[in-house]
Amino acid sequence: MVDLKVIATNIRQGIIKQISNAASGHPGGSLSGVEILTLLYFEVMKVDPKNPKDPKSDRFVLSKGHASPLLYATLAERGYFDKSELLTFRMINSKLQGHPDMKHTPGVDMSTGSLGQGLSAAVGMAMAGKLDKKDSKVYALLGDGELQEGIIWEAAMSASHYNLDNLVAFVDYNGLQIDGRCCDVMGSDPIDAKFEAFNWNVISISNGHDFDEIREGLSNIVKGKPNVLICKTIKGKGVSFMEDQVGWHGSAPNEEQTKQALAELGGTL
Amino acid sequence: MAVQTTFDFDQMLSSAKEAYGEELLKMAEEGFDFVFTYSDNVAPSTAAGKLTQNYPERCFNFGIAEPNQVGASAGLALAGEIVFAQVFGPFLPLRAADQIHTDIAYNDVNVRLIGTHSGVTAGGGPTHNDIADLALYRAIPNLTVVVPADAGQCRKIIRASMEYDGPMIIRIDRAGSPNVYADDNYEFTIGKAIETIEGTDVTIISTGSCIYECMMASKELQKDGLSVGVIDMHTIKPLDKNAIVKYSNKTGVVVTVEDHSINGGLGGAVAETLCEAGFCGKFKRIGMPDEFAVLGDPDEVYKYYGVERVGIAKTIRKMMSK
Repeated sequence: MVDLKVIATNIRQGIIKQISNAASGHPGGSLSGVEILTLLYFEVMKVDPKNPKDPKSDRFVLSKGHASPLLYATLAERGYFDKSELLTFRMINSKLQGHPDMKHTPGVDMSTGSLGQGLSAAVGMAMAGKLDKKDSKVYALLGDGELQEGIIWEAAMSASHYNLDNLVAFVDYNGLQIDGRCCDVMGSDPIDAKFEAFNWNVISISNGHDFDEIREGLSNIVKGKPNVLICKTIKGKGVSFMEDQVGWHGSAPNEEQTKQALAELGGTL
Repeated sequence: MAVQTTFDFDQMLSSAKEAYGEELLKMAEEGFDFVFTYSDNVAPSTAAGKLTQNYPERCFNFGIAEPNQVGASAGLALAGEIVFAQVFGPFLPLRAADQIHTDIAYNDVNVRLIGTHSGVTAGGGPTHNDIADLALYRAIPNLTVVVPADAGQCRKIIRASMEYDGPMIIRIDRAGSPNVYADDNYEFTIGKAIETIEGTDVTIISTGSCIYECMMASKELQKDGLSVGVIDMHTIKPLDKNAIVKYSNKTGVVVTVEDHSINGGLGGAVAETLCEAGFCGKFKRIGMPDEFAVLGDPDEVYKYYGVERVGIAKTIRKMMSK
């Protein structure tokens, strides 16, 4: 039995190491989604790291593509590629670009980085799954800031119109975006009522860092309509000085900060 | 003459706008496996409408939401489907530019985006003009961009696309335009230009339904003793540069004609090619000038800007008189 907490900590270390080494990247929104991706890749999703293109596999779309360090650290931890490759993050010709590139990175099912586009692609994948009568599911992780993009709601409308119950979206509801608190920049609350109005089944998770609560939420997904789990999270979760700090949206830690972050996460450089 | 055109025959009007649907319907009936997406713009009476009625399980209406339609089409293709996505041209390249660039082209997926009513053919003024699309598409890697000259060629393109790997834009302009080719018995290869009329004095390089107007201008200029060749550059990307240089050097006088802005489209592509090849002859672009087009029926707009037989002939006479 895998210990999800240990894996989550390893992923957090991987996030910090990538961004610190590259001196560039998005730590806050990567750290907030760790438990969601850990649970998906180590317990929920049917995937085969040795055969990432297997058409029978579940698919995952990181719609908030700037959280690529989270996806890469998770994929490395899951065995899609060697963890040593994390240190090539954002380097020229690396397979680990600043935003996910499905043509070059094993396990990346959709290239993302332009906010909002990922959910539409996930809708298309889920439609194909229905058309081909596949058992597999399509999962997508959205940011709460990302919900300001209009295409999210075009996609949401089409997902319920076509009864895509093989689509499960997660909202990493950390409340921050680059310019400040989402509610101050462009309020998108109430998120749950919006998805409900778009005929989705909405599952609210009060602590998106609690595996049991996310697991229980997943047990409440319904047939006949798309499902969304709105997970309240803490941006920068796991590194004390980054938690709920808008400044860590897209800044890399320096050497001292990296040491401290890794020490808090029980790791070293 | 390289191919049999309608140059010397009476005209049959046909519509590439209808032909794509007819060919897709035929291919579905023949058992080809593909998905069709659209956005509240397929009339039930059309062939595409019949496709959606006869094969509802593989046809998806996305309503009035082009970016989501194009993004979801990419998702369908990523899951292994071959997707034909029909979009009203004026709302395709600009509304869904991000999805074309990032979801379709970057991922190099098998989506065929069919933009109808391209150029100024929709009428209704600049909100319904599609005159910047080629400029955008030319700058996006991985895209193949084809513009059928007539309905028969449109059918050839649709069918050829089933065997083609990677994303494709099929730009359909004027409906009910005359046939350029007398029959379907000519070789069509994506990326290879066709010499529809041979000429020794002037070379016109054109695309789409403008080809027919170029042929008629050529006919008119015969009266002046001018031999004007017409090249069907049906593929804008990848561009048949060898053909451009070959036919341009043959005459030393080159005119491009397109239902698109003169900036960044076929004319721009030909100019870049000729400049890099050291061409020193005469050159002129005919198309929509750098202004929002005047209001009017498409045929009036073409006349206003000289993007039809009379205007083309006039421009060429002027070039040759200098």
